[in-house]
Amino acid sequence: MHMADALLSPAVGGTLWAVSAAGIAYCARKVRDDLDERKVPLMGVLGAFLFAAQMINFSIPGTGSSGHLGGGLLLAILLGPHAAFLTVASVLVVQALFFADGGLLALGCNIFNLGFLPAFVAYPLVYRRIAGARPGPLRLSVATIVAAVVGLQLGAFGVVVETVASGISSLPFSTFVLFMQPVHLAIGIVEGFVTAAIVAFVHRARPELLDALPASAGARPLRALLLAFLAAAAVTGGVLSWFASKNPDGLEWSIARVTGADALPAPEQGVHAALAALQERIAVLPDYAFRKSAEAASIATGDEAGDDQESRLGSSVSGIVGGSVALVLAFLIGFLLKWRVRAASGGGGSRR
Amino acid sequence: MASIDSIAENLRHLDEFARADTVVHRLDPRAKVVVTLAFVVIVASFDRYTVAALMPFAVFPIALAVLGGLPAGYLAKNVALAIPFALLIGLFNPFFDREVVFHLGSLPVTAGWISCASIAVRAVLTLGAALVLVALTGFPAVCAALEGLGMPRVFAAQMQFLHRYLFVLVDDAARSTRALALRSGGNAPRPTTVASLLGLLLLRTWQRAERIHLAMLARAYQGELHSRETWRFAAAEVAFVIGWVSLFCILRYYDLTRLLGTLVARVLP
Repeated sequence: MHMADALLSPAVGGTLWAVSAAGIAYCARKVRDDLDERKVPLMGVLGAFLFAAQMINFSIPGTGSSGHLGGGLLLAILLGPHAAFLTVASVLVVQALFFADGGLLALGCNIFNLGFLPAFVAYPLVYRRIAGARPGPLRLSVATIVAAVVGLQLGAFGVVVETVASGISSLPFSTFVLFMQPVHLAIGIVEGFVTAAIVAFVHRARPELLDALPASAGARPLRALLLAFLAAAAVTGGVLSWFASKNPDGLEWSIARVTGADALPAPEQGVHAALAALQERIAVLPDYAFRKSAEAASIATGDEAGDDQESRLGSSVSGIVGGSVALVLAFLIGFLLKWRVRAASGGGGSRR
Repeated sequence: MASIDSIAENLRHLDEFARADTVVHRLDPRAKVVVTLAFVVIVASFDRYTVAALMPFAVFPIALAVLGGLPAGYLAKNVALAIPFALLIGLFNPFFDREVVFHLGSLPVTAGWISCASIAVRAVLTLGAALVLVALTGFPAVCAALEGLGMPRVFAAQMQFLHRYLFVLVDDAARSTRALALRSGGNAPRPTTVASLLGLLLLRTWQRAERIHLAMLARAYQGELHSRETWRFAAAEVAFVIGWVSLFCILRYYDLTRLLGTLVARVLP
């Protein structure tokens, strides 16, 4: 359920990066102040545990598929929400870097979906409410299972919203929701069951681990935190989407703003002019003007529906050819570099 | 899902690659992190129907991988392993976006297929760049770089610990699952079995953490991890950052591929 870079727009990715970074900064301060920094080794090792635990699959009855532990809720129960959020976030960073799970831009989304939602929504608002102060075994299990289901449903919904808001995928919102939510309902129930079993296990073996928790996690500061996060998300999202919607090319628009000109001056002189002149001279395909850089989105909106197929074909073929040539060139550069590296290490021998 | 053993193997490989000594390894990690982030954002900023204009961006991961001595097969295999989710979602595009954009011969090409291809290309580029970054920098150095760029120290320490004990715990989990697999006769384990396995692993982990903590306290740990390595953001780093970022900007605003396409069409009869 990791969100992927390839489905994200910079506006959505950036917004959630900002939100998650704010969350990490806040929780880091909280952990430093409240828990004392010497607890960090425990969090680190438990992060490694979560990482290893996620590799152990169990079968999901009745579906034939298998799932693994998300772990956000489990850690929130064991460590409290702040430390749990940091731990899950660190696991996600490692997964993004080592296994390219999701990717770097999507990291903010993943930390939000799999860390923030279980630790700061499902845990305080569902788990603590149901479990109460001194839960018996049954109450503990019910609270865990319900909270796991809620957390995973929210996470899956987060993936849907982020994907649809990015507009890279064409999946309609309703279809995607109907696809994601039921799938994650089954996974959530099993995950809740497994989490509850682990909590019960720990409760039996070392009850002091669970009792040591700060019981005030559901108190008011958390609500303030939630509101602050929502405000931060709304503001960043608003600003970024304004950037993005003003012009399909948010970057281009912002650069125009920064340089203070309505349009970039480049078209008249410099590299662009040279390239454009070159392009004009060598253009044989009929419609090289079809996609002047800034009009990229016109295909998307179908504004050019009246265009004759001929011109589209021309531009598309030159796109395909050009793309392949560029790719070949990229590999060629790679080979050249490799050859140079070899030559250097062969000739230089002990250049260390 | 790959077996735990192969994942552990993979992790070790990555750490080994990071220990090499090449031009790319010697760069300040901050420079590499900044350039990789810029790369990912710029690749993501293209609109959904862009395919060809993304191709030249492949030069970044390829050049770095080659200069850093990263085997192409390793990179290709790991990127391929990580792609499925994006591709799965991308494959829905052709069903919902059926407008025919052009005909290739007699084959109609719809906008949905183009955006699907775009998602695949994006996935390869962004995942490849992230893998190249960590394989040529090493995780501790990436953490240090992120800390240098403003990440809270507690979180940086958290990630350092996670990385250090990852190998130990992955091995532990691998042993437990192997033992479980040998006893369950080829059936997928039931959730209850896995739960008690994970519970035991958790208790062992907790005890291990307590031992580690005491051992660290005995060695004067005061909440801070020190590194032997020192980095300097020198001229080479400045050149690296400015060079790559300006190349990305040029590729973002001038469609090099169209130029190449027309050039090729001109040269060929």
